[in-house]
Amino acid sequence: MEAHDLSLAQARELLDKRKISSVELTKALLARVEATEPRIHAYLTITPELALAQAEAADQARARGQSGPLTGIPAGIKDVICTQGVRTTCASRILENFVPPHDATLVGRLKDAGMVMLGKHNMDEFAMGSSTENSAFGPTQNPWDVKAIPGGSSGGSAASVAAGSCFYSVGTDTGGSIRQPASHCGVVGMKPTYGRVSRFGLVAFASSLDQAGPLTRTVADLAEVLAVIAGHDPADSTSAPRPVPDYRAALNRGIKGLRLGVPKEYFIAGLDPEVEKAVRAALAELESQGAELVEITLPHTEYGLAVYYVIAPAEASSNLARYDGVKYGLSVREKTGNLMDMYYQTRSRGFGPEVIRRIMLGTYALSAGYYDAYYGKASQVRTLLMRDFFNAFEKVDAIVGPVTPTPAFDLGQKTGDPVQMYLSDVFTLSCNLAGLPGMSVPCGFSSQGRPIGLQVLGPHFAEETLLAVGQAYQQATDHHTRRPAL
Amino acid sequence: MKISYEEAAHVAKLARLRLEPAQADKLTVELNDILTNMDKLGQLDTEGVPPTYHALALTGAMREDAVRPSLPREQSLANAPASDGESFIVPRVI
Repeated sequence: MEAHDLSLAQARELLDKRKISSVELTKALLARVEATEPRIHAYLTITPELALAQAEAADQARARGQSGPLTGIPAGIKDVICTQGVRTTCASRILENFVPPHDATLVGRLKDAGMVMLGKHNMDEFAMGSSTENSAFGPTQNPWDVKAIPGGSSGGSAASVAAGSCFYSVGTDTGGSIRQPASHCGVVGMKPTYGRVSRFGLVAFASSLDQAGPLTRTVADLAEVLAVIAGHDPADSTSAPRPVPDYRAALNRGIKGLRLGVPKEYFIAGLDPEVEKAVRAALAELESQGAELVEITLPHTEYGLAVYYVIAPAEASSNLARYDGVKYGLSVREKTGNLMDMYYQTRSRGFGPEVIRRIMLGTYALSAGYYDAYYGKASQVRTLLMRDFFNAFEKVDAIVGPVTPTPAFDLGQKTGDPVQMYLSDVFTLSCNLAGLPGMSVPCGFSSQGRPIGLQVLGPHFAEETLLAVGQAYQQATDHHTRRPAL
Repeated sequence: MKISYEEAAHVAKLARLRLEPAQADKLTVELNDILTNMDKLGQLDTEGVPPTYHALALTGAMREDAVRPSLPREQSLANAPASDGESFIVPRVI
């Protein structure tokens, strides 16, 4: 078995037994990056010198007996997350040369835990998209089939974990941007509860929905990364001031007697039969381990998409007002121009088409005369969507269903039709609107060989339940051990 | 029509975006398409339903009003498109 085929836990075992050093492991992974990038383009920036220096430091720490679960393990970080001294572009022309003066809190925590950072992962521009085709620097391809999209917006993260060009990545999820690409690339991805992981140092898209979380090959690996990045941060007043439980211990709780809700609104016409078959088989597996499947209803599900595409663009139009060409980023200044011309030129040249579309939509939804009909109304329906979940969680411990209506579609297939593209997020975005934790776990493949994911949603701060369900499933199945023939 | 070409042009102005005529045409069509999908919201009776702006019941995260170290000036200006070493330089305002 080659180093890049290992899981994070397997790599750690080799490091602990001194069978390989972090420097050797890092060199092997950098070679894997070099070999796979021409076909998948998962990275926007590669940082070999930094990685080797961190690997050397990790080896020294290990020699002193100071090592933890992530010490010396090579990783990538989605390029929406600030990394001190390393270009952070958000896959946008407007931030093409932005070098953050500080680390995001979660990056600082990972560095303290001994991360080796191989580079920054590709994404849809400003995390707006479902296919990574909105990257200003070119799309990422799916390692299972390079004609397919990897999902988005954390498409570079998911593709890289699947291809073995990192052991884990941290992405962000505003409407499905961790879970949907994880599903399409056959890896595990979790959006934790809103407030579980600090947002300090994340480039903001929609502040009431954004949340960072890990993408890994196994549920057990995910627990290790989550344990490091979760926790209160005084620099983010929306982060939750509550203790972080022992996620590793939660893995082996088992699922006997657990009540799992199956929402009838997630098994509708339009759900691909192969996706339904794989998800139903996964539910049967969970039932065979003693979980109880309970049919539930989330009656406002059909309104989720409309609510999301009012609220997320509204928040985005406000957040993205900061790109004005004054303090950082692209600044277009013509000799005769005044301040207003600089704003217009900078923003029109710096933002790509999807970002412009969402800024327009959000500005419209917030503008005089339309605020009540769109933003006001959507915020009320958001309450109804949340109540659906709270009612369901009185009867069940978690909710299970598909992540996406179809397996990964072809590159270019939906770029001309924004509404069709938005529909890829129909099962994932309610989770963000309600602030719930959600996870995607690989549960099979289509006849074309494209991965399919099982989604598990829980009540606020029930990450442990999600991990227990995912671990129970992975211990009985082997979808997560398959590797793409890349 | 949910949004006319003129309205789209007005919204672009509010958002400080300068659109080429062809781009504005295309966006107007796309926005109409998206907004039509949002008509769904109007079907629901939300009389008396409170709005949600934030999913968690967190309120008033207070801290001491204490002086703390901040970024040094050179670092704050390091990404500036134009600066004189002390300030951000912008085109003439008035």
